[in-house]
Amino acid sequence: MKLTNVLGLLGVAMYLYGCYDGLFIAPADRFMGDIQRIMYVHVPSAWTTMVCFTISLVAALGWVAGLVRGKAGDGRWGWDDWLESSIEVGVIFGGLLIIQGMIWAKPTWGVYWTWDPRLTTVAVMELMFIAVLALRGFVEEAQRRATWSAVVTLVAYVNVPLVYFSVQWWSSLHQAQSSSDNVDPAMQLPLAINAFAVMFIAIGLMGLRARLAGLTRVALLADVGGEA
Amino acid sequence: MESLFQCVALAQKELMVQWRTRARFGSVLVFGVTSLLVFSFAVGPDSSALQAHAAGYLWLALLLMSTLSLQEAARLDVQNGALEALVLLPVDGRALYYAKALVNTVTLGGLGTLLIPVVVALYDAPVKEGALWLIATVWLGSAALVAPGTLYAALTSRARAGDVLLPLLLFPLVVPALLGSVKATEVVMLGDPMGRLGSWLGLVLAFDVLYWSLCGLLYPLLLED
Repeated sequence: MKLTNVLGLLGVAMYLYGCYDGLFIAPADRFMGDIQRIMYVHVPSAWTTMVCFTISLVAALGWVAGLVRGKAGDGRWGWDDWLESSIEVGVIFGGLLIIQGMIWAKPTWGVYWTWDPRLTTVAVMELMFIAVLALRGFVEEAQRRATWSAVVTLVAYVNVPLVYFSVQWWSSLHQAQSSSDNVDPAMQLPLAINAFAVMFIAIGLMGLRARLAGLTRVALLADVGGEA
Repeated sequence: MESLFQCVALAQKELMVQWRTRARFGSVLVFGVTSLLVFSFAVGPDSSALQAHAAGYLWLALLLMSTLSLQEAARLDVQNGALEALVLLPVDGRALYYAKALVNTVTLGGLGTLLIPVVVALYDAPVKEGALWLIATVWLGSAALVAPGTLYAALTSRARAGDVLLPLLLFPLVVPALLGSVKATEVVMLGDPMGRLGSWLGLVLAFDVLYWSLCGLLYPLLLED
């Protein structure tokens, strides 16, 4: 069994326990009550989204480095497979992050959406990476698709801190980031378990998706009589 | 030095192409004026609300115009294999990018400058900090839209459904530049008692520097396939 599959299964088991702990064992928040428990899935989604997009940056750099050295496509398709899988999984967790945030925001802030720097940055980041997937969908030739999506991924990733900074100047409302300093020890355990659990699930999904991307590319190239 | 000469020669070529297709420039300008007119219908005939949002409307119009003008310029490159022919020559990819981006900035900056009097007339927008600052903001912001826009138009003009893809890729990316440009324009129009103009222009300038460097580095990669 592949390591990514093992991690994925381990992630599911940890997630089940982490959610049980978060829902039934950890105390309710003093001010927000039970609504705070969404933190146990919301915060891990945020961390995992950033990890996925960072993996896509590494994959994009890997492909571009091969291109610069004139070796792209020559046994280096793994970079492109991981680029596709990490962006897809990142977009899914980014979408979950936004939806969970909205569910939490309505009873807490009274609105589903505010133009806070972190919310806006996540929305813009999500749209930038959805656009990379859209681009991939419209380019048939494998080598060209890989190069173009690597270039667009690099540009999009570099933009994330700039978006955050610019929107921060514009307005601010989001509460301080969760860390061990401002989270009760009884709440830290389910949060830590779920943080790793969601990351392991994402790695498992990325592994499966990367393998699928590789098989699809080989089948398509065989169809047109090319070489993998 | 060689790259600089190439860049100047290529920019001359691009300018000549722009001049010979100047009817297109006129159509994009008319499109911009039409959008400005349509935006006011969204708010209604409330003159104070229109005046307060004039800066935002100007930049929305420019953003929409940028996709038309960039996509059209890139389409001309792809037509009849013009870009392939150019790549066959010993041309530095970066020189090619900077020549195109420079001419696209001149086009969009020119369009934006022509839109200013329309905004002032339609929305009764004041220009309290002086017209020169307004023109400078329009050119700085145009350069920010064009830097990634030229790179992306080179991709989307060669892809299926490129007209849909370009705004999809470009709009979320230029959010910081758009924010900075709208705020700077607003401050120039409505007055700057807090001295914020420098910070917002600084943000746009930072975006310019980052993307003019990064996209110049990445553009040659797109020519290799």
